[in-house]
Amino acid sequence: MSSRHDERLRSGRPNSGSHSQQTEEVSSPNAPLQGVALERELAGAPDREFTVAARSQWSMVARRFFRHKLAVVSLVVFVAVVLLAFVGGTLWHYNYQDLTGDYSVGPSAKHPFGTDSSSHDTFAQVLRGTQRSLEIALFVAVVATAVGTVYGSIAGFFRGWSDSVMMRIVDLFLTFPTIAVAAILGDQLGPRANGWLWIAVVLAALIWPYVSRVVRGVTLSIREKEYIEASRALGASNSRIIARHVVPNVIGPVIVTITILVAQAILAETALSFVGFGVKAPDTSLGLLVSVNQTAVQTRPWLFYFPGFFIIVIALSINFIGDGLRDALDPTQTRVRA
Amino acid sequence: MTSVQSAPTRPSSAGGNPVLEVRNLVKHFPVRSRGLVRRKIGDVHAVCDVSFELYPGETLGLVGESGCGKTTTSRVVLNLQPSTAGTVLFDGRDITGLKPSEMRKLRREMQIVFQDPYASLDPRMPVNEIVAEPLRVHGRYERHGRRKVAELLRTVGLNPEHGNRYAHEFSGGQRQRIGIARALALEPRVLILDEPVSALDVSIQAGVLNLLEELQDRLGLAYLFVAHDLSVVKHISDRIAVMYLGRIVEIATKDELFAAPAHPYTQALISAIPIPDPVKERARNRIVVTGDVPSPVDPPSGCRFRTRCPKFANQLSSAEQQRCIDEVPALVDHGQGHPAACHYAEVVNVL
Amino acid sequence: MSAPYTDISTSRNLSHDRSNEDALLVIDNLSVGFPTEDGVVQAVRGVSYTLRPREVLGIVGESGSGKSVTSMAVMGLLPKSARVAGSVRFRNDELLGLSESALAKFRGERIAMIFQDPMSSLNPVYTVGWQIAEALRAHHEMSKETAMTRAVELLKTVGIPRAEERAHNYPHEFSGGMRQRAVIAIAMANDPDVIIADEPTTALDVTVQAQVLETLTTAREETGAAMVLITHDLGVVAGQADRVLVMYAGKPVEIGTVDEIFYTPRMPYTLGLLGSLPRLDSSDTERLTPIVGSPPSLINLPPGCPFAPRCPLRQPICDVEEPALRPTTSPSHVAACHFSDQLEGKAPADFFQATSADDVLPEDAQPSEQQIRDVRGEAAVEHLSGGDQS
Repeated sequence: MSSRHDERLRSGRPNSGSHSQQTEEVSSPNAPLQGVALERELAGAPDREFTVAARSQWSMVARRFFRHKLAVVSLVVFVAVVLLAFVGGTLWHYNYQDLTGDYSVGPSAKHPFGTDSSSHDTFAQVLRGTQRSLEIALFVAVVATAVGTVYGSIAGFFRGWSDSVMMRIVDLFLTFPTIAVAAILGDQLGPRANGWLWIAVVLAALIWPYVSRVVRGVTLSIREKEYIEASRALGASNSRIIARHVVPNVIGPVIVTITILVAQAILAETALSFVGFGVKAPDTSLGLLVSVNQTAVQTRPWLFYFPGFFIIVIALSINFIGDGLRDALDPTQTRVRA
Repeated sequence: MTSVQSAPTRPSSAGGNPVLEVRNLVKHFPVRSRGLVRRKIGDVHAVCDVSFELYPGETLGLVGESGCGKTTTSRVVLNLQPSTAGTVLFDGRDITGLKPSEMRKLRREMQIVFQDPYASLDPRMPVNEIVAEPLRVHGRYERHGRRKVAELLRTVGLNPEHGNRYAHEFSGGQRQRIGIARALALEPRVLILDEPVSALDVSIQAGVLNLLEELQDRLGLAYLFVAHDLSVVKHISDRIAVMYLGRIVEIATKDELFAAPAHPYTQALISAIPIPDPVKERARNRIVVTGDVPSPVDPPSGCRFRTRCPKFANQLSSAEQQRCIDEVPALVDHGQGHPAACHYAEVVNVL
Repeated sequence: MSAPYTDISTSRNLSHDRSNEDALLVIDNLSVGFPTEDGVVQAVRGVSYTLRPREVLGIVGESGSGKSVTSMAVMGLLPKSARVAGSVRFRNDELLGLSESALAKFRGERIAMIFQDPMSSLNPVYTVGWQIAEALRAHHEMSKETAMTRAVELLKTVGIPRAEERAHNYPHEFSGGMRQRAVIAIAMANDPDVIIADEPTTALDVTVQAQVLETLTTAREETGAAMVLITHDLGVVAGQADRVLVMYAGKPVEIGTVDEIFYTPRMPYTLGLLGSLPRLDSSDTERLTPIVGSPPSLINLPPGCPFAPRCPLRQPICDVEEPALRPTTSPSHVAACHFSDQLEGKAPADFFQATSADDVLPEDAQPSEQQIRDVRGEAAVEHLSGGDQS
């Protein structure tokens, strides 16, 4: 019924080992007053004593997230960008490949972002590029999360030699310089049909190890929780315990990690396209647009700055959303915002 | 050495064969060195040669201070941790070294309620799902699992309408009831209660203790009640085993243990517990033991209690002391009517 | 105070006659609130008590009753976000609202505090002896050598064996009981007038608890300090305290001498607590009489007596008016209950039922035998086609 309560669950009880019913309040002069007592104070009211509405964990997380102003603004901006790219792109009266007949004109009502020297509408191209960048980001997020979570939870849950072997493999992946490897592979695979998808596959393959490390770390602590032992005492199999108890409980940290990694993936794709190893023409991406138009910074700045602006907006908004989620999910964050 | 035969410790009321028999149980945890090659450099002697029986419908209290091995015993009995040596017989069948699949079937018969009602319930599951989990695991949910979950919640004194809520929305006492409902779902015959009320406030704790007693009366469960609080153990148990540093030092029916404690540790333990009665408390004579429990990595030779034993320090001659140092005292009846693991067992009235 | 229990009676007599003039610590209408997302948690809602020299005041209550927050407020140890009001006077000095540096003069030297977790008071990177010596040097001009000698003496006083060697150990080399004794030595170091002990033995095993309680008695005898002993353990209070203050939902609900509280309680909550306790000293196998329900949430507390929802004596007025502390069996024995007269000569079982229920369950929803059988699966066949084989 309060966030305090929820937080205590996730933080675990530091003194659960001692036989303490007291656990009352603050035992340290240094500890901020986030003791169990207050949690209990807010807790113990069943039904008719409910003076504070009960909320589920996720609704409490949402509530805390929505108090993080920057994160909320970022979420709105991000959703707007997604809608613009996927819905706006189809509604806009130019396709990104259309030749409009207007050569190198500046921003106007007809061409909000101007046109390039081949008379392509830059707004349509930026929307198309944003679409590609977001598709890649989404693909990376889904694949890296799924693979990393399963891999990391298995390694952390079973420990022992299998964990050692699995984590050495992860270490191996982590030693690859992402951009260099992606550039080489992307150069091989990029020109094929669905080149962007291959770029996404390569990026996902390079990013999942980060997820699996985080998941493994969290799993190591979760596997020692009593509810895991309780499940085992009921006769639950390991796979059931992982699926029903471990994975749902690592989702929080994974979401935070993945927002950071997705922002990285978008920047990595941009960098790859910029250096010419990413998405190839006739398809386009934000990185490619910036790269192609870098020579025009002086003469036709709209060609460079609009796609650049979108890159920054997307990367920043995802980062801030990640910040907000981290704070909302973090049990140690200060709960009182004066 | 012990192998206590059941006769003197058997509750008069319970008949028939023990549902659970623990024989010479030993559990060591390896201590490893730090560094790259983690060699084994010693053992934590957590449980050492523990034997007891649990009869249908009775409550056996397993009491001792932190580090005495009572919790480890409960985990090894449940086969949640493998034993180092010894046997655990359920219905006369040895369950140590059972295959995981066979053990899984047996888990229906023996369930556990944990100490910490905050840590033992998955925070991401609604209460209905927590209670339904054992049914699902054993393939019993399909038919009328939902009905059964509602009944279980009602049995432990919770409103089934609250089953969609998450555990954190309940108070400590209510959570412990949820844990009990989960343990009852498979209709076990033995319930291992690991400090089930020590995390609860007294006014709440009493309700949970009453519930446990009521369930035992109605369902005929056998309880292995593990706790550090002798007052609680005394209230709920038929028989009590006192553990110290991995060994059972005394085992007796509740009345005998408190009327005629024979082991110096039992006496010290009883005498150390404050009584909520000012006049009696002021008039009490405390047997104060000195120091702390020694490390289970390197337990004292002979009698493990001798380093803190007031009798050893104050009453025994050096020749008598030598016996405590050299010889592990057997858990046998020294003439007090029940077994005590002390060479010089002698009844002292401490209440 | 070599014979503590003879002295108790004198201090009890004093409590009737003397005014607040010789009071050591006077807490007046102290309240503490914590702003949270859901509103202000009123953890302490008007606590007043007086601590006289050399007496031991036991504060008992369940988790969340505000007993520890009260003493944290006295010591000025609450986080900045806490809203504290009321008055805390030590002799004639108001402590509430003092700056950190002004408070530092009182902390340690006049008022010492002992916490439940000794590691929260000990610094892991310094030796125990050094930390005691530092505590001494913080309030007194003395050389390091003198301070260290005194530190070793203090360690001996609190019963640490081989104190000379042990003084050079780090806290992690001490066991839990020894750490708590080292903390007591630090508390004693400056000869304080008041020792506030917050659940000092709760994390310890009973045999060690007995040792530490003895050490605390020694500390009081050596320093002549009065003590506020905060605990949830009524047994500890029975043996240690002269007077007892029972807290519920952030307020004292009963104050009296230890005998008055234990033998003639006048607040149903106190009576209920006593009835909930499994007793080592009784051989009956009767069921306990719990207090059904849980303590109220301290956010938006409804009007009336906060204990009313759990109270067997509840009347309509209880939901309207929160009772004030009123004298009962003696002028100094006060209880906050509209119907405290009705408790005269009653045992817990006269009001509280030996139930196993939790109040979430409405009365008519108590499990029937039928339902119990259903749970066992015995009756399932009769009820539904296709039985549950079990």
